[in-house]
Amino acid sequence: MKIHEYQGKKIFSNYGMPVQDGYIFEKIEDAEKTIKRVQKDFNTQDVVVKAQIHAGGRGKGGGVKYSPNFEDALENAKNIFGMNLVTHQTGTQGQLVKKVYVTEAFDIVKEYYAAITLDRSKGMDVFMVSSEGGVEIEKVAEETPEKITKVYIDPLLGIKSFQAKKLAYALKLSGDPFKSAVKIFIQMYKCYQGTDATIVEVNPLILTNKDEIIVLDSKMNFDNNALFRHKDISEMRDLDEEDPMEVEAGKFNLNYIKLNGNVGCMVNGAGLAMATMDIIKLAGGEPANFLDVGGTASSETVKNGFRIILSDKNVKAVLINIFGGIVRCDRVANGVVQAVKELGLDVPVVVRLEGTNADIAQKILSESEVSIIAAVGMKDAAEKVVTAATGN
Amino acid sequence: MSILVNKSSKVVVQGITGSEGQFHSNQMLDYGTSIVAGVTPGKGGQYTLDSSIPIFNLVEEAVRETGADTSIIFVPPPFAAEAITEASLAGIKVVVCITEGVPVQDMVKVKKIIEQNGTRLIGPNCPGIITVGECKLGIMPGFICKKGRIGVISKSGTLTYEAIDQLVNVGLGQTTAIGIGGDPIIGTTMKDCLELFEADPETDGIIIIGEIGGQMEIEAARWAKNNVKKPIVGFIAGQTAPPGRRMGHAGAIVSGGDDTAKAKMKILDECGIKVAESVADIGSTMKKEIDKKGKL
Repeated sequence: MKIHEYQGKKIFSNYGMPVQDGYIFEKIEDAEKTIKRVQKDFNTQDVVVKAQIHAGGRGKGGGVKYSPNFEDALENAKNIFGMNLVTHQTGTQGQLVKKVYVTEAFDIVKEYYAAITLDRSKGMDVFMVSSEGGVEIEKVAEETPEKITKVYIDPLLGIKSFQAKKLAYALKLSGDPFKSAVKIFIQMYKCYQGTDATIVEVNPLILTNKDEIIVLDSKMNFDNNALFRHKDISEMRDLDEEDPMEVEAGKFNLNYIKLNGNVGCMVNGAGLAMATMDIIKLAGGEPANFLDVGGTASSETVKNGFRIILSDKNVKAVLINIFGGIVRCDRVANGVVQAVKELGLDVPVVVRLEGTNADIAQKILSESEVSIIAAVGMKDAAEKVVTAATGN
Repeated sequence: MSILVNKSSKVVVQGITGSEGQFHSNQMLDYGTSIVAGVTPGKGGQYTLDSSIPIFNLVEEAVRETGADTSIIFVPPPFAAEAITEASLAGIKVVVCITEGVPVQDMVKVKKIIEQNGTRLIGPNCPGIITVGECKLGIMPGFICKKGRIGVISKSGTLTYEAIDQLVNVGLGQTTAIGIGGDPIIGTTMKDCLELFEADPETDGIIIIGEIGGQMEIEAARWAKNNVKKPIVGFIAGQTAPPGRRMGHAGAIVSGGDDTAKAKMKILDECGIKVAESVADIGSTMKKEIDKKGKL
């Protein structure tokens, strides 16, 4: 799960990390008073107006504006609120800005990068810092990897102060800024572990003209599997930032991801679902979605899956590919028949069922009134559905 | 022979009284797995599954009373990591964790503990392991398997079944099939399994089924290049997966570098593994390799 910058900063503050703070507005009529409140509470004339969307690259896309006075701030707020922000992470369709964060401003002397994530191969957490902050870290990693310092942290031990010092030395800090950075790094790791984050990123972390170290931006992703123990974080979920059909699918415990093709897929198991998308592509088609109906697909799940696949108007044909293990094929077949009857399908459906009760399932399908194209094996299924989708 | 489990494995089921535990314990017993005990805290002293299996409060009691040496875990995600730790500290040698949805930070810590104790963990979030005709320790449909000489290693449950089915269709069977799981941190890696299959005299060829995300397939392939003599056939799912999206499995996400399907397929190929581009060709590719070997 992802959250917004302002939410991440709130969590950071709870861990005692010094952040650039401010207030959020969600209605344009609140812009004025929000700016004034920031100016008053933070005792400042200049503010920063920041679009809040779940994607990076907001500054480059025009979603972050320094504003030296109230008038500028209001104008920037009006421009940013409701804009369709396109960044390298949103894709060309962009993301509508529904929340705007107005913050205090700092005089920046230097920008740094700091992030923590899991190194899967090592089974350890990796803490990375770089003196090249404020830019795309992928670029730094590729062009000047020597400018990134990594410290691996044993999750059983947690971060040790010598490790935090090593990171601060790597940024060539000294004096008070060094001490603050060490403290921030220790707290940042505690925050990472304490919230079951999968990534905590600060880009940039800044040194101000008053020798302070301040967190200027936040990016946090969380382990969905651990949200059961973080009710406060679960409540930060912003459904406006997610695809509505994916949200809908989630309600039925269906794992759905929308893609751009025209062949809908309904599959049990994530691996088989990916392999089904791949073989559709190999057969000359384009998958319209990833859909894993899971290990306990009932006729009800199948019906909901169908409804979600068909709500995508690009879909010209559907492939159902089930390898019954725990999932019984006859139940899936019943679900297909029921769904077709209730939803009144107007696209061709190719069905491939294998495994537990596949024979009974074939019988259910062939004896039903619904017109279904039966397939044997994945190759046959992929070829048939691509033909059906293209009308060739 | 075979790997990890066989007919002399004495199994304790952790979470035996839950609905999943009950259903799959019955299925495993039908397959011939020797289940000697169940563990559900608070239900120690009772019996389950037609009063045939004793229940204990703790794994260590089950080990002491029944000599259990292998465990399978069906407990809910919040308690799974602790169940693994308990089994490990009780001296269980092989632990299979079926549970899906274990927090990754629980797993990074558990992994350190089992490494210290020398426990072999399969999973979590996996279909388990089956040694054909001897022992099923998991949730896979046993009836699709046929005794043979191919080992199967897979991150995905249903793709394991797909591979097993294709092997049977081309006239090959399996020694052991292992679903290692699709989470970011898992107990037994692809390389670990390759090592076991290479050393198993009953296995002639190995299938590895991977997917996007992580470096496990690459590590396995690089190791296999110099250490595995048996033919390996590989398949990587997710060639059409969009970057940055989690494709069902918690670990199946392209986050940059060599974790795309294409990059993995290329490296597998460079390491001498026969890569099936289409999922439909896994069985036939292995058949070709085995036939080729026969002609030498």
